[in-house]
Amino acid sequence: MKKNLLRQWQKRGTVLSLHSVLFVALFIMCLPFLWMLSTSFKTSSEVLKFPPTWIPHDFTFENYVELFKAIDFIHPFYNSVIIALVSVILSVIVCSLAAYAFAKFNFKGRDKLFMVLLGTMMVPGVVMQIPTFLLMKALGLINSYTGIILPGIASVGMIFFFRQFLSTISNDYIEAARIDGAGEIRIFWSIILPMMRPALVAQGIFAFTASWNSFMWPLIIATDDRFYTLPLALTQLDGQHASNYGLSMSGAIVVIIPLVILFMFTQKYFLNSMNIGGVKE
Amino acid sequence: MKTNLRSLLFFLSPALILLSVFLLIPIGAAVYMSFNKIGVEALIDPQTISFVGITNYTQIIFHDELFRKALLNTVIVLVIAMPLTVALSLSLAVLINSKLTKFSSLFRVGFYLPAISNTIAVALVWKWLLNGDYGLINYLLSLVGINGPQWLTNEHTAIFTIIMLVVWKGIGPNTILYMAALSSVPDSVKEAAEIDGASAWQRFIKITVPMLAPTTTYISIMLLIGYLQLFEEPFMLTGGGPVNSTTSIVMLIYNEAFKYFNFGYASAISMVLFFIIFAVSLIRIKLTKLGS
Repeated sequence: MKKNLLRQWQKRGTVLSLHSVLFVALFIMCLPFLWMLSTSFKTSSEVLKFPPTWIPHDFTFENYVELFKAIDFIHPFYNSVIIALVSVILSVIVCSLAAYAFAKFNFKGRDKLFMVLLGTMMVPGVVMQIPTFLLMKALGLINSYTGIILPGIASVGMIFFFRQFLSTISNDYIEAARIDGAGEIRIFWSIILPMMRPALVAQGIFAFTASWNSFMWPLIIATDDRFYTLPLALTQLDGQHASNYGLSMSGAIVVIIPLVILFMFTQKYFLNSMNIGGVKE
Repeated sequence: MKTNLRSLLFFLSPALILLSVFLLIPIGAAVYMSFNKIGVEALIDPQTISFVGITNYTQIIFHDELFRKALLNTVIVLVIAMPLTVALSLSLAVLINSKLTKFSSLFRVGFYLPAISNTIAVALVWKWLLNGDYGLINYLLSLVGINGPQWLTNEHTAIFTIIMLVVWKGIGPNTILYMAALSSVPDSVKEAAEIDGASAWQRFIKITVPMLAPTTTYISIMLLIGYLQLFEEPFMLTGGGPVNSTTSIVMLIYNEAFKYFNFGYASAISMVLFFIIFAVSLIRIKLTKLGS
């Protein structure tokens, strides 16, 4: 009996220390978000008060009002939304078409071509960005939505992910449809695409996140603030209103919140899209 | 299946055209550019481009102090942040996966938040948290009697703020990858070892860690490719300073190309970076093969 009791206490001790470690870690991981959120609702006099307050005394929306009224934050928000949506739609279309060809068509040099494309995934993005910038300059596409969106549409990673997914779909469906006289485009549209739905959603969300958070390419190609996306607008905010922490924190919240909401609703897809061929060894 | 050319072109050409114009041709162009001197005047008059052989490369490797500094900074971040991210992700995954743990989905979501959050936005908060005079961190330290340094403007501490930020962002996804891998380690093996009298720590080191080796290799390679391309964190947090103590290789390339318009020289640095990434990845893969 005594031994049992000892064991029980030992177990309780383990459970307690386990959870304390995890909650401390959780606090550290979430501290910046809590601080950001709290600050964004503070009046400017409370922001720099010591000792700091976690729950705002005079709860206010003035930072957000200023963000959207005095500083034009609506425009970059609109740019980010448009660019992310257009990028996602075009990416998913272009990449799923190509993936279907790589997965289900036989043509000369198919596997070699695919290996070359996969090989380019090792090349750092900055290698391509310099020549691409010069090309865009020559085409007069600096400071344009096209210039921001176009280079990112065809993604080797996405084609690879779709191809892996398609290789699990049996060829029998396609053969049967061909015998029935359906054309390739018809087969793709009414048989393959519906089956690809989970992969399309997973990669769509992944691409949306990537576009929303992308920084270096817009920084290079959008020099005019009419084409600024949210991250660029944030750097501008930091430059011009560096000491107005309430304002910059509300800006950061506006950039972060849409993806957090998306993440909350689509967790399972997020986690799927991450596993690209990863741990399947 | 034999396919006719017309449908093949329909499916393949949009992607192939885009990949050629924005991926394959630019890679070729970057190689070509790296052997030339291409300045801002080349934007107007391509005649000003001049072939310089391997001069750009010899300049980078033997004479460019700033490149050496940027390489050193990037390597410091890599060798500290990579093991730290791997160790923390694995530890947290083991803790969350424990049968005794409650609220595991809360932890999973909480740890993942930094990863989906925009780097510029979170760097903005960290910049304030780490501010030597008005920052929360030095305030908290002062409560326990520690006089915190000027984290971001001190030459010796600035690089650690970058490391902290990338580790903080990197933990979430890798914790989840490790959790998935951990759940595929069969319980029967661990139970057998337990019966044989192996302690929890021994079981972890002798059974779990080796069984996770493929995941660890995958995570390490992904991390090293990412960390060697460090850019946004120092750009926003420290601007590369103080005295270039946080300038990364990609930041150097960005400055050379888009601030000073030395397109040829910047391309050459980007090729050097590619070779570094390639070599380090190969070494990491070889290490795994030696281990098994």
